[in-house]
Amino acid sequence: MGDRGLLLEFGDEINYEINQRVRRMALALQLETIPGMIEIVPTYRSLLVLYNPLILPLNTLKNRLKQIEESLPETPLPEPQFKKIPVVYGGVYGPDLECVAQYHGISPDEVIRLHCSKPYFIYMIGFMPGYPYMGELPDALITPRLKTPRLSVPKGSVAIAQKQTGIYSMESPGGWQILGRTPVELFDPQRDPPALLKMGDWVQFYPISEDEFKEWNR
Amino acid sequence: MEPLAAFEVLEPGILTTVQDGGRFGFSQFGVPPSGALDPFSFRVANLLVFNHRNEACLETTLMGLKLKALHEFPIAIAGGDLGPTLNGEPLEMWRTHLLIEGDIIAFKKVRTGCRAYLAIHGGILVPQVMGSRSTSLSGKFGGLEGRPLRKGDVLQRPVLPSPLTHLGLRFPKEWVPLFEKEPILRVIPGPQDDHFTPEGLHTFFSASYEVSFRSDRMGIRLNGPAIERRPDVEESIISEPLLAGAIQVPGDGKPIIILNELVTGGYTKIAVIISADLTKVAQLKPGDRIRFQPISIEEAHRLLEDQEECLEGFKESMERR
Repeated sequence: MGDRGLLLEFGDEINYEINQRVRRMALALQLETIPGMIEIVPTYRSLLVLYNPLILPLNTLKNRLKQIEESLPETPLPEPQFKKIPVVYGGVYGPDLECVAQYHGISPDEVIRLHCSKPYFIYMIGFMPGYPYMGELPDALITPRLKTPRLSVPKGSVAIAQKQTGIYSMESPGGWQILGRTPVELFDPQRDPPALLKMGDWVQFYPISEDEFKEWNR
Repeated sequence: MEPLAAFEVLEPGILTTVQDGGRFGFSQFGVPPSGALDPFSFRVANLLVFNHRNEACLETTLMGLKLKALHEFPIAIAGGDLGPTLNGEPLEMWRTHLLIEGDIIAFKKVRTGCRAYLAIHGGILVPQVMGSRSTSLSGKFGGLEGRPLRKGDVLQRPVLPSPLTHLGLRFPKEWVPLFEKEPILRVIPGPQDDHFTPEGLHTFFSASYEVSFRSDRMGIRLNGPAIERRPDVEESIISEPLLAGAIQVPGDGKPIIILNELVTGGYTKIAVIISADLTKVAQLKPGDRIRFQPISIEEAHRLLEDQEECLEGFKESMERR
């Protein structure tokens, strides 16, 4: 990718096994010190290695990556963490809850029950600091994006699009269908690590009341 | 380090932020690099005031920034010529100046380029966030409270002995980049150039594109002929990594040049601009026109080495003085 990025592709679909291979490679690279390797960006199915070509020739980097990849099966993956995330659903907090329910011909309560019915795997953090891309939604909740994205989605909004669910860690424009909002702080630049969630972890949502939401950070 | 008030902001201009060489190592948490958009001018400005290469500078956009010096210290301005003045008189760019208390620096009129870098000896002192002093405007952290400068802000610098023996330094004229209004940007095709038809690729490499007013530190939108996509591929792809200089083509076929504030994206990328041309990209302003030309990675690396040799050569010539 350009003259200072090397894109490693592990498959061409959103798939747990493929993503685990991306993660395994990312973790292995984090343990390496390769002079001239600036940064790695792991995503759903690919991983970008940013390098300084003045220090690290492309062929040297490619050979090194090949060696690392060949030794991958021995790299153990850390145990994933499970996090429970509270959500106040509907109303001003989840302006698309009713529409999503109508789209599927079910009640808003059923949408909430389904959304909270299983843990979701975090495929990657991206789009904005701390934003988790998670999946897969139960089949009965698969919903297209909004036709017209919103100019501003409030921080903490819990949303769905296609098979994915995510949390807006900051206020931003966005086109996902918003079901609710969490009072939990997903990103704090002063914290180490700055993001609450990381790739490879699992999240399960549970409903809270508006009062609980308001009391959460008191 | 003991901080000392260096500048009072009289007018913040259209957009002025504190930027250093960028924030790396946190993209796995969705944190973009930020940092100076024009890495070449940024480095020259720092070299001229004997700073480390990644010291925090001011990046000011187009016009309007006005500062008052609060004591004596050296500065240098590099990048786009935004008509800098010292107490109303034109101030030469690409050289070191010593300011004294009460001096007024103002950027009056855009002549060439879009962004100027003002470096002060010792760098601008703001707290490091995740290892960098760069402002993340979307994240609202880094730099000065995660925001652009405002009227009344006071910028600090560390207390350092003034390198008086080095004043009056100039960056060689023949190395100062020309920020043309119709530059050719050299690119490496891919990763998704195969998502476009041969006609689409021909359009991309032959048409002239105009820089839109809807451009900011996240990206530069371009107006011009739409690039034809193959009918059998989706408009979007599974979200994947981005880097500055990547050229995304969304559904409407109009290319967008990605800058330093995004880590991932779900649009196809037809090509990526070479590192040595990022200086030209950062200096594009609305109304400028650009063309794209494909080159090989080997050629791109040679061009980057040439740029580096020129910077290192200047650094050595300064150290010999």
